Amino acid sequence: MNLIQTSARSSVLAQTLFVALVGLTLVFAAGFAQSQGLHDAAHDMRHSTGFPCH
Amino acid sequence: MKHMLSSALVAGFAAGLLCALLQFLLVQPEIVLAERYEAGELVHFQGLASPEERAAAMAQAMPDMDMTAEGSEHHHDEGSEGGAHRQALTVLFAVLTYCGYGLVLLAAMNLAEQVGIKLGLSQGILWGLAGFLAFQMMPALGLQPDLPGTPSADLTARQIWWAATAAATGVGLWFAAYGQGLWQRAAGLVVLVAPHLWGAPELASFGGIVPPELASSFAARSLAVGMVTWAVLGGLIVTLWHSDPAP
Repeated sequence: MNLIQTSARSSVLAQTLFVALVGLTLVFAAGFAQSQGLHDAAHDMRHSTGFPCH
Repeated sequence: MKHMLSSALVAGFAAGLLCALLQFLLVQPEIVLAERYEAGELVHFQGLASPEERAAAMAQAMPDMDMTAEGSEHHHDEGSEGGAHRQALTVLFAVLTYCGYGLVLLAAMNLAEQVGIKLGLSQGILWGLAGFLAFQMMPALGLQPDLPGTPSADLTARQIWWAATAAATGVGLWFAAYGQGLWQRAAGLVVLVAPHLWGAPELASFGGIVPPELASSFAARSLAVGMVTWAVLGGLIVTLWHSDPAP
């Protein structure tokens, strides 16, 4: 019983971590990545959300 | 898991659209106006220095700055040739950014519910505002939202400080709000304040070429847009997350 609870909990934890990582990846790609194309495309959004831009 | 992803993404999509709409009404015109100063088409304090003289002085003062040809000219081309294209990209990236924010926010909320913290609609909105503090307000205390054409310190140093401040604000707020006992809460506040005691990377002098009124209005408006959008994002996420998953 305990074992089942523990494994259920750790799988919830893993899923949560995964969701957070996907989210952070999106935020960093939209806000931080410095490839010229990505920078230009995200330019106005970066300025107005206060990401350090150029 | 699927319900979690879909709740965050639907809420992020809606919040991103709202953000883009508010941005077009309030913020975008100021960015476009600032670019005309950046390009030298308009000059603040006309008569003090010609655009060429000013550009030469700036280039001498800040050789590393990315204000010369390749950095900025591209935007002006885009601005004049493809206004719709440029706006579509802003909508796209507003949606992407808020989907990312939504996923991070929901992951944190899920963690909270795992440890027995109950979140209703008003807590959702408060959590959204906490996200605004972490991702916009607190980083802006050190690195204000900049208009194009504003000189600033080394990009990598600013990005590191920005990310560290966002992380410290998130962790600090968590412990300040949910810490057990006075010590944990006080420690949360210390973590929250730490990046600001350290100090954001900054230049030794001011060299902005857009009028200060425009820059301050831009900073106030972009923070306001962020605050409204984050509050909506937080409220939407809790509502969707607690609704029954679609069959």
